[in-house]
Amino acid sequence: MAQLFKLARRNIWRNKRRTIITVCSILFAVFFATFMKSMQKGTWDNVVNSVVSNFFGFAQIHENGYWEDLSLNKSMEYNAELKNLADSDENIQDLVPRLESFALGSHDIKTKGVVVIGIDPVKENKLTNLADKIIQGKYFGEESKGAIIASGLADYLKLTVGDTLVMIGQGFRGLNAAGKYLVEGMVEFGSPELNNGMVYLPLDQAQYLYGAEGRITNLIVDTDKPKKIKETVSSLKNTLGSEKYEVMDWEELIPDLVSARQMDTAGGTIFLNILYLLISFGIFGTLLMMLKERQYEFGVLLSIGMKKWQIFIMLWFETIVLAFIGVLAGILLAMPLIYYMFANPVALTGDMASAYDSFGIEAVVTAAFESGIFIQQGIVIFVIVTLLSLYPFFKIRSLHPVKAMR
Amino acid sequence: MANNIVIETKGLHKTYDESKVPVHAVRGVDIKITEGEFTAIVGPSGSGKSTLLNIIGGLDQPSEGSIIIDGQDLSKLKPNQLIDFRKNNIGFVFQSYNLIPVLTAKENVEFVMLLQNRNEKERSERTKELLDAVGLSDKYDVRPTELSGGQQQRVAVARALAPKPKFILADEPTANLDSTSTRNLLDIMARLNQEENITFVFSTHDQRVIERARRVISVEDGKVESDIIK
Repeated sequence: MAQLFKLARRNIWRNKRRTIITVCSILFAVFFATFMKSMQKGTWDNVVNSVVSNFFGFAQIHENGYWEDLSLNKSMEYNAELKNLADSDENIQDLVPRLESFALGSHDIKTKGVVVIGIDPVKENKLTNLADKIIQGKYFGEESKGAIIASGLADYLKLTVGDTLVMIGQGFRGLNAAGKYLVEGMVEFGSPELNNGMVYLPLDQAQYLYGAEGRITNLIVDTDKPKKIKETVSSLKNTLGSEKYEVMDWEELIPDLVSARQMDTAGGTIFLNILYLLISFGIFGTLLMMLKERQYEFGVLLSIGMKKWQIFIMLWFETIVLAFIGVLAGILLAMPLIYYMFANPVALTGDMASAYDSFGIEAVVTAAFESGIFIQQGIVIFVIVTLLSLYPFFKIRSLHPVKAMR
Repeated sequence: MANNIVIETKGLHKTYDESKVPVHAVRGVDIKITEGEFTAIVGPSGSGKSTLLNIIGGLDQPSEGSIIIDGQDLSKLKPNQLIDFRKNNIGFVFQSYNLIPVLTAKENVEFVMLLQNRNEKERSERTKELLDAVGLSDKYDVRPTELSGGQQQRVAVARALAPKPKFILADEPTANLDSTSTRNLLDIMARLNQEENITFVFSTHDQRVIERARRVISVEDGKVESDIIK
């Protein structure tokens, strides 16, 4: 076997041009596949991070059935069990409470349906950086009793900081909800949906407005380990049980985003498969060329006593070594470029940037720098080359020494 | 020992059905070659001498008849057994030398012994002995591309002898050599034949080889026309 490997190793450098063509084919396959996959994943991770961290969080806890109804009647008591839940899993940084409902917001002669969110100002700011989005007035302080409203809504209602917003709606278990709030600040969101209808109140003010003292609708999981969110959700489900509460990760909370990502990834996969196919033809071509060129030599080896399986193993070694060099070189070549794209995201401009902004997503194209992508793509290309290298087996099997040496 | 039959062909026929027009390359050849012979199979191009040599070497199968090497009927062997049989019993010398280009002279000679799983000491001693015998003691670590045609053919002879075969089959071994190299090669083969009783069978139409052969079998149109022992 060692002799076969020695022969294979020396044969590799016999026809340098063929070796270089084969290695380059594999190298570019790995390079393009890893680059494409990293860019696609990086860009989608950015979209998910923007959407998830700006509002939804990576997971939420609700009263059972709340996410289906979005009704205050499915709110839950913000009790000690929920308050201390953050200690139950090391992946949880904090749990951020919200009371979410709807109301009619009025100022002067204008009225509009609004989304009212009662928040813990400190915790909410840690999760969503809401204070950074203030464009007028100020963020909630300890004694705040007023409201922070989105700029689109403010424009519609002709409100500005210092004015009073009147809200009326239905509270917990059918109570009348009515209140007036001083506009303390104004925030701006990229997403028109958020920007035209959001009203933030301190949590206790919202609970008072809706007659839901001590209650919340959502408890958002704040984590710095989003990749472990499935584990965290599972651990929370175990701790809380499934009778009273529902624990949902972001994929369950926003299935539309998951579908969009899957669609785009599927498109990318088709493109990758076409790339694999093209590269396979390239590598297959060099294999055919090699078999044709060395047919005479194989006839001689058979004549002097080498068995067909030994010739095949020698050729297989040759291809595997080339595949290994190509895959390694492809990864080493792709790494710096992907890292550069990861560290220096390319800012989008024009219509594309506006489209991203309108959904509150950072308008950049970036790459994911993850060892998993390099390993996965390296393995895929390596397996393709390994499978292709089985072709000589069929050629060698039917080899006849006299015909080969003609 | 002199009467020990190494090669025996019985009613050997070979017909190629190429292009639907049958070509009768060998038509009923019966020959016996005993140990220690220095035999040339001669004939013009297309006479069937190379086909006969390929069949004797187990590289091709006859359409009819049998070939018996040292008592073993080759048609009874399975493909892998035939390869092993060739490896252990028959040495080949080709017209174009056909050394393995990526191996040195020493490694080329050693190669078949490696396939035979001989130990390193035995391989090393035999390689040295053979390369010395063909006058290439200073070319051990030289690759074929750096050797002249005559030197390459001498390495090929050493390689053919390495597994200690029953006989050597040489297909037009001097066809690509100049007269000096031809003379050197024939001297070496004749010496090995006389001193070590190694059986040589050549296919050739080179007069210089025919002159040195002790038995000349003439083949024409696939048949033995004459068989002269000098």
